[in-house]
Amino acid sequence: MKKDDPKSTETKCPVYKSWRELPHVPISRGMKGSIGETGDWRTYRPEIDAKQCSKCGICYVYCPDGVILFQEGSVPSIDYTYCKGCGICKVKCPKNAIEMIRERE
Amino acid sequence: MVTVKELIQIESNKPELFQCGSSACAGCASVLALRWALKALGPKTVVVAPASCANVYIGIWPKASSAVPYVNMAFAAGASAASGVVAGYEALGKKDINVLTWAGDGGTVDIGIQALSGAIERSTNFIYACYDNEGYMNTGTQRSSSTMKHTKTTTTPTGKGMHKKDIAQIVAAHDIPYVATCVATDPQEVYTVFSEAKEIQGAKFIHILSPCAPGWRFAASRTTEMGDLAVKTGIFLLWKQVDGELTVNKRTLKYLDKSKRLPVEAYLNEQGRFGSLRKDQIQDLQDWVDRRCDKLARRV
Amino acid sequence: MSKIKKTEMDKEQTIIMSGNYASAWGAKCSRVKVVSAYPITPQTTVVEKLADFVEGGELDARYIKVESEHSVMASLVGSSMTGARSFTATSGQGLLYMTEMLHWVSSSRLPIVTTIASRGIAPPWNIWAEYTDILSVRDCGWIIQFASTHQEIFDSILMGYKIAENEGVMLPYFIVYGGFTQSHTSKPVRIPPQKDIDSFLPSPPEKGWSHLNLDPENPITHGNLLMPQQEYLDFRFLIHDAMMKSKKVIQKTITEFKKSFKRNYSGLTENYKCKDADVVLISYGALAEQSKIAVDELRKQGKKVGLFKLRYIRPFPNEELEELFNSGVKAIGIADQGTAFGNPTGGPISTEVMSLLRLSGKKIKVLPYVWGLGGRDVTVDEQIHVFNQLITLKNKNQYPTDDTFQHGTVWMGLKTGV
Repeated sequence: MKKDDPKSTETKCPVYKSWRELPHVPISRGMKGSIGETGDWRTYRPEIDAKQCSKCGICYVYCPDGVILFQEGSVPSIDYTYCKGCGICKVKCPKNAIEMIRERE
Repeated sequence: MVTVKELIQIESNKPELFQCGSSACAGCASVLALRWALKALGPKTVVVAPASCANVYIGIWPKASSAVPYVNMAFAAGASAASGVVAGYEALGKKDINVLTWAGDGGTVDIGIQALSGAIERSTNFIYACYDNEGYMNTGTQRSSSTMKHTKTTTTPTGKGMHKKDIAQIVAAHDIPYVATCVATDPQEVYTVFSEAKEIQGAKFIHILSPCAPGWRFAASRTTEMGDLAVKTGIFLLWKQVDGELTVNKRTLKYLDKSKRLPVEAYLNEQGRFGSLRKDQIQDLQDWVDRRCDKLARRV
Repeated sequence: MSKIKKTEMDKEQTIIMSGNYASAWGAKCSRVKVVSAYPITPQTTVVEKLADFVEGGELDARYIKVESEHSVMASLVGSSMTGARSFTATSGQGLLYMTEMLHWVSSSRLPIVTTIASRGIAPPWNIWAEYTDILSVRDCGWIIQFASTHQEIFDSILMGYKIAENEGVMLPYFIVYGGFTQSHTSKPVRIPPQKDIDSFLPSPPEKGWSHLNLDPENPITHGNLLMPQQEYLDFRFLIHDAMMKSKKVIQKTITEFKKSFKRNYSGLTENYKCKDADVVLISYGALAEQSKIAVDELRKQGKKVGLFKLRYIRPFPNEELEELFNSGVKAIGIADQGTAFGNPTGGPISTEVMSLLRLSGKKIKVLPYVWGLGGRDVTVDEQIHVFNQLITLKNKNQYPTDDTFQHGTVWMGLKTGV
């Protein structure tokens, strides 16, 4: 729940070498990246043009995965480790301030 | 209804309760809705998720996307398992915990309808939310009884032969305290209905139309557009019934007037799942929409 | 039964009640917190009595009257995950209908106790004693104990919760008895003072089960996907391991029960005059109890016969059976009151006993039986006949020659036109 380094979530996962170490049932803990770094899925990367951005926060609201961080009064930032590049933010941006840029190999 | 500005003021500094990096498809409307539903309900919430995409996008052990307790459940058991959670908390005197069943349309309108009907008849104090992407999308796009007529799915390759089941009206006929419909692509509305439901004692049902880019075959970036079109064409009707009193959402109210609503093609033509429909098939769906809109208009 | 105003008694009391009421009383005295139930003959009077207890203010529990048995067990999964002691009862078709959720319970390691008034499986409809219902779900990861008397039904619920809730066990627990023959007949049952029960069976931990508890203060997710190379196999093994290791807890609990309530149960099996016997019948349920009469009759004639009663079939009493095989017994019969169509013997437990016998390497003659299906009477005379068949097998190596002997198994009472 902390806004921590996404890499640190790896260390939170227990590693079991023997069945004798296992708990009764498999229990999962909440963390970012439950399937891994989903930023790898992206074909197009959304980029916010800070000059055109009106800081309205619409992109933060509509991002399905919640990868857009927003503080009132400032330009939003995108967590590219997990952004899947769906492009909804670009469609919803009222100022057309988000551009989808093709990721290079 | 809460404004976008208010939504941002209330929520943007709080942690996400459904966290990023899940295996939901890019542009998934279901996780968008779950994200805002959980924000409305807050951290004192327990989710019961019968088999659906929600059992996959929760993550692979030992990781999970949910920051609240979340139980993967058997397909038919979404409402019944939630009944037990509620009863357990009541028996142990644990108060103020929201119990949410988060189910797909298959788990609601097909295999789960008996348990749903039973749980709401018993006035179970919980919220049952059905995110309806109109088919078994998790298993590869098979038809459900919530799939629209003429939709091509892997089990209806030439198009489904009958109209979709009206689950919200079926639930409303149980005369429970709160039934609402909304589209997953409208976070304001999602947040509003879950905030309202949270304050009500008894059984609450929320029907959420959840456009599905891979299953409906449209580009992921157009997900919110599909939700909008469903409302503007009258294909999905927004209303709520609170203690027996029906209120039609302002947007839908406008589109009950046929001259104001878009023809169904505006919706059908944007999605690959309808293939190329014949004129009579389009008319069939238009008649269905008109009939449903007129029926609702008569009740207002 | 006489109307009792204050049922939480300071002193032990003996009440004449049906087997089903003994089940309801067992749940009440265990102070269950959630009951969920759906009516089915011959279980109904259990859940009726529990409704009386709850609505009469004698049992402080939530009672969910669900719309199916699948929902019964699903709702108990939910309630047990909050840490509430949870109970239900069912029979026959109802048990089969909840099968999917039986696995959900054991795989979630939830200590739910359920009583079964066993009945035949339809079609054709049959509501009388037969154990095919419970035998069909014997591999679901539940402990399965048979109760042969009304007192044993009541006592077993108290012991059942204590065993199931043991940290090292954490497995669900079935207590099984015959429909009508036990569920609807009346016998005296001794109900101990509640304070003694409370000290024998304390309330579950307030914080819920340590391995799985739905608490927003400590959020966990349960049941999500495990990939093939992850520990799915290992978690499956843990269920089997816990089941096998529960034998010690069962023995210990029986000993503690005896200390608290002065009633003794023999363990996983009951050995009746087997010590010097050269012919032994292995059986379970109320018919096994009745076999004692046949044994006594034959003993009077100087025949060295014995009864080996299985009180538990999960976990399976391997060690006890091994002891029996080593006791000098020459021939054994194994009687199943249930079917397993197409398996080697037609009855499931006889096949399991025979596989253990093969492992032991002992050359003991075996004859499997299927009897009492759908409530068909098995009289003491017929049981005496069984022992005599076994004696013939021992002495002359001769298997039965009549038409009831089919595919290597005697189907007791099979109509042969004779």
